[in-house]
Amino acid sequence: MFRFRDKEMADKIVQKLREMDLQITLMHVCGTHQDTLVRHGLQPLLEDVGVDIRQGPGCPVCVTTAKEIEESIALAKAGKTITVFGDMIKVPGVEESLSDAKTEGHDVRIVYGVNDAVDLADKISNEVVFIGVGFETTTPSIAVAVSRRPPKNFSLLSCHRVIPPALKAIVEMGEVRLDGLIEPGHVSTIIGSRPYEFLSEEHGIPQVIAGFEPLDLLMGVYMLAKQKEEGNARVDIEYRRVVKPEGNPTAIKVMDEVFDPADVKWRGFPTIPASGLVLSDAYQEYDARQRFEDDLAELEGKEFKEPKGCRCGEVLRGVIRSEECPLFAKTCTPTNPIGPCMVSAEGSCSILYKYSKHAEAK
Amino acid sequence: MCLAIPAKVLEISGDVATVDFGGIKKEVDVSLTDAVVGQYVIVHAGFAIQVLDEEEARETLALFDQILGGNVA
Ligand code: SF4
Repeated sequence: MFRFRDKEMADKIVQKLREMDLQITLMHVCGTHQDTLVRHGLQPLLEDVGVDIRQGPGCPVCVTTAKEIEESIALAKAGKTITVFGDMIKVPGVEESLSDAKTEGHDVRIVYGVNDAVDLADKISNEVVFIGVGFETTTPSIAVAVSRRPPKNFSLLSCHRVIPPALKAIVEMGEVRLDGLIEPGHVSTIIGSRPYEFLSEEHGIPQVIAGFEPLDLLMGVYMLAKQKEEGNARVDIEYRRVVKPEGNPTAIKVMDEVFDPADVKWRGFPTIPASGLVLSDAYQEYDARQRFEDDLAELEGKEFKEPKGCRCGEVLRGVIRSEECPLFAKTCTPTNPIGPCMVSAEGSCSILYKYSKHAEAK
Repeated sequence: MCLAIPAKVLEISGDVATVDFGGIKKEVDVSLTDAVVGQYVIVHAGFAIQVLDEEEARETLALFDQILGGNVA
């Protein structure tokens, strides 16, 4: 796979793009794409040939709302054992994070995957709550675990979200004029290319599903530029070695069985119709929100403000880039994050910080 | 979090496979794929989410080469 990093080929693609004399704005929705763009210095290279790329809402931890963080903290404080992906633990809630709750002595544990949480529930008698965060890449694994009917002391606080409705929202809000979308390779591994087609058909937007090596992204950009030049709007797949048009039918089936769509809020967005996932009727018994309704009652109907001065919302809508936030690398750093975009390894603020001079100077 | 990494399947027993991430061995759940021993799978959060198609990888590189009109690949 190393040839997907071939420097000579990369130069050739950039040269092709230069010859096309472009002035386009693209959006991707994936932290791993952002990492590739920044780590390999592709962003300035592309800017130089007239291609501006924004991240958009492609960071599951970042789009998780303050209310969901507060729910997790409330359950930790009510004595449940909280199991969570490492990226979530430092995200600031209103006053504190799950990491702070852990320091105060509450039982918060980082897990690598949902199976670790199920195994833990097997071993201990306390209630084990898994904080389910993630897009379609992650959700099938959670669905498999739930469909196997885990122990009765296991439950799920679903914060899962799906990508296509968010793309629809971005396009319809029209804050950024987009010439093309780079769709996330691993979400697409699961859902395939078809769920994106309506965006090309109804909104005339060229799309490409791209992989994560530098050549994948550069070629993805080239394929979009070509579509635009030729007046086309369709969904191309660049990441063919992993993505099939039909996706992964086994994964889709188990997700459909275990989850139902729900209207949910995303950080920085209003409620987006059918963009969230709740457990279906057959699996309600594993729903932490129902099981611990009393512990969570206090949070119902409350308003949660965004951290003061934090512009994550605009970053997530692709309206600004991280460097445009006045707090970036000043009051907001990975050791003292103000918003989730500086916490998650997929947040564009944290990615920019990691590869920037600020990090070296430390 | 959508980071997913290719690993080679060494052994399969039921839903669990031992895979090799460039020297590091781990057990992953392969129930979402029809992976067989010897193939590469894309692994995310302890689950294989797809089999990597090596033939398609070669074809993609050949296609890049054709588009770029060189003999780089
Ligand atoms: S730099 Fe910090 S404060 Fe600014 S948008 Fe990013 S996370 Fe929020």
